[in-house]
Amino acid sequence: MSIKHLLNLCVLLLIFSCASSEISKIEGKRLDIDATLKTDQAIDDFIKPYRLHINKDMDSVISYAPETYSKTDGKFNTAIGNFMADAVYAEGNPVFKKQTQKDLDFVLLNYGGIRSIISKGNITTRTAYGVMPFENSVVVAGLKGTQIMEMTEYLSRGKRAHPISKQLQLTLDENGKVKSATIHGAPIDENKTYYVATNDYLYDGGDGMTFFHPNEGLYVLNYKIRNILIDHFKKYDTINPKRDQRFIKL
Amino acid sequence: MKRRQFIQKSTAATVLASVGGLSLQSFSSTKTKKITILHTNDVHSHIDPFGPEDGRNANKGGVARRASLVESIRAENPNTLLLDAGDIFQGTPYFNYYGGELEFKLMSMLKYDVATIGNHDFDNGIDGLYAQIPHADFEFVSANYDFTNTVMDTHVKPYKILVKDGIKIGIFGLGVELEGLVGKDMYKETVYLDPIEKAQDMSRILREDEGCDLVICLSHLGYEYKNAPQKVSDISLAKATKDIDLIIGGHTHTFLPKPTVETNSVGKSVLVNQVGCFGLYLGRVDFYFEPGRKVKSDGASIIV
Repeated sequence: MSIKHLLNLCVLLLIFSCASSEISKIEGKRLDIDATLKTDQAIDDFIKPYRLHINKDMDSVISYAPETYSKTDGKFNTAIGNFMADAVYAEGNPVFKKQTQKDLDFVLLNYGGIRSIISKGNITTRTAYGVMPFENSVVVAGLKGTQIMEMTEYLSRGKRAHPISKQLQLTLDENGKVKSATIHGAPIDENKTYYVATNDYLYDGGDGMTFFHPNEGLYVLNYKIRNILIDHFKKYDTINPKRDQRFIKL
Repeated sequence: MKRRQFIQKSTAATVLASVGGLSLQSFSSTKTKKITILHTNDVHSHIDPFGPEDGRNANKGGVARRASLVESIRAENPNTLLLDAGDIFQGTPYFNYYGGELEFKLMSMLKYDVATIGNHDFDNGIDGLYAQIPHADFEFVSANYDFTNTVMDTHVKPYKILVKDGIKIGIFGLGVELEGLVGKDMYKETVYLDPIEKAQDMSRILREDEGCDLVICLSHLGYEYKNAPQKVSDISLAKATKDIDLIIGGHTHTFLPKPTVETNSVGKSVLVNQVGCFGLYLGRVDFYFEPGRKVKSDGASIIV
C-alpha cells in the first residue's frame, strides 16, 4: 500500500465516519405554557407598547347596549342581525352614493358571520372585534330581479336568521315557501337591477350564496364590516336593536 | 440507498481495520448525540396569555412564558431547533392592528429556525404576508405551494437543512389546499401541488441526495379527517411515505397529549405531533443518535 493509497483511504474513512448517524431513541412530550413559567422580561417589555396602544383603543367605550343580543334569539330575524344589516346600509349607502350617484336597495349578510354576542353594558371597540374579527369588507353587486328571487329561495331554504336590512321584507308561508317579497314596499321586478350590499366573502360564494353571479356590476367600497360597526356604535349613546317583521314565517 | 450506505460502512470498517492504530478520534466520536425539536402550531396571534376570566384557557399560553421555557431547554441542550407549523396570523387584535409584524418579530426574538405557511397566513392577502417577511429572522418552507408567479417567489424554499452537532437535519413544509378555504384574490397565483407526491420527492432528496440524518415535515394539512378519508392529512401522509422521522402538524387544532406513532409505507415508525393551538403548549421531541453505528434492525426505541 503506497502512501498515496493510504492517504486516499484516510480521506474516505474521514468522510464515512462523519456520515450518517442512526437514531437510537426518540422521546416525545407536551409541555404546558402556564403561569408556573417565568415571564421573559425582555419579551414582555417588547410587547408592552403594542399592548398598551391596542388596549387603549379597544377598551374605549363607544356606545351602550341596554340588553344582551345573540344571533340565536330568533328563528328568521334577530335584533343583532337586524342591527348589523341596517348598520351596513346606514354607513355604506353614503359611500356607495358618492361612488355611483345611486342608492343601495338593501343589505344581506350571513348568520355565521355574527361571531359573538353583544353583551349588556358598555360597548367598546373590542365588542366590534368580537362580533366581527375578520377583515371582510362591503361590496355591492348589481343584481337583476331574477337573481333576487333566487336569493329569496335561498333564504327560505336556509331557515336561518341571515341578516337582511329593513328595505327587504320577506314572508314565508306555513310550508316555508316564499309568500311575498318586497323591496322598498314594491314587489320584485324581474328586469330591474337592484344594488345589494354584502361582504366579499359572501359575494365570492361563501355559505353557498351563488346568486351574486352573474351580476350587473361589482362596486368595492373598501369599508370593513368591523369599521362600519365601530362607526355606527359611535353615533349612538345607546343602541336599540329590535327584532321585527322583516323576515318571518306565517 | 440502504445498500450503498451498507457498502460504504463496510468499506470504512475494512479501512479502519487495515490502517490499524491510526487515530481519527475527532471524526469517529462514539458519544451519543441529542437533538431537541421544539414546536408550535396555530398560535393565531395569541401573544398575551389568556386572562383569568377566560372560560376555557384561563391563565394559559403567552409568548413571554414560551420564551423562558425555550431558553431553559436551550440551556440544557444547545442542539435545539424551534419550529412552527403555520397559522401564525389571525385571532387577536395584534394581527388586526399590526398585520403580523409583532408575531414575526417575537418569533425572531425567540430564535425560531423554520416555519411553514398556514391558510390564515394569507388573511391579509399574499401581499400582506410578503409585507411582514422583513420582520422574520427565520425561514419559511413549503414544498407544495408554488409561489413562482407571486410576490413570495424566492422567499419560501421547499426545504431547509440545518446541522447541529454534526447531525444533518432536513426540514420541508406542506400546506393545505387553498381553494375553497382562502379567497383566490388573497392567495392569487399560488399553486397548490399534491402534498403526498411532494413529500415523496422531498424525503428522497433530503435522505438520499442530501444525506440527512433526520427528516422533519412541517405540515399544515391537518391531523386526520375521519369523515373524509380521501382528504390528505398528517396520518395519511405518514402512512403513504417513507424516510420521514417526524411530522409536525397544524390546521385542525388537535391537542395531542403525546406524539402519535404511525407506520410508514416500508413498515418503519414515524412520529406525528400537534399541540392544539393558541400557544397553550410547546411540543418537544428528543432524538438520540449513535454516530457511525447501525442500531438493531427493529429501529429506535420510541418513548412517548
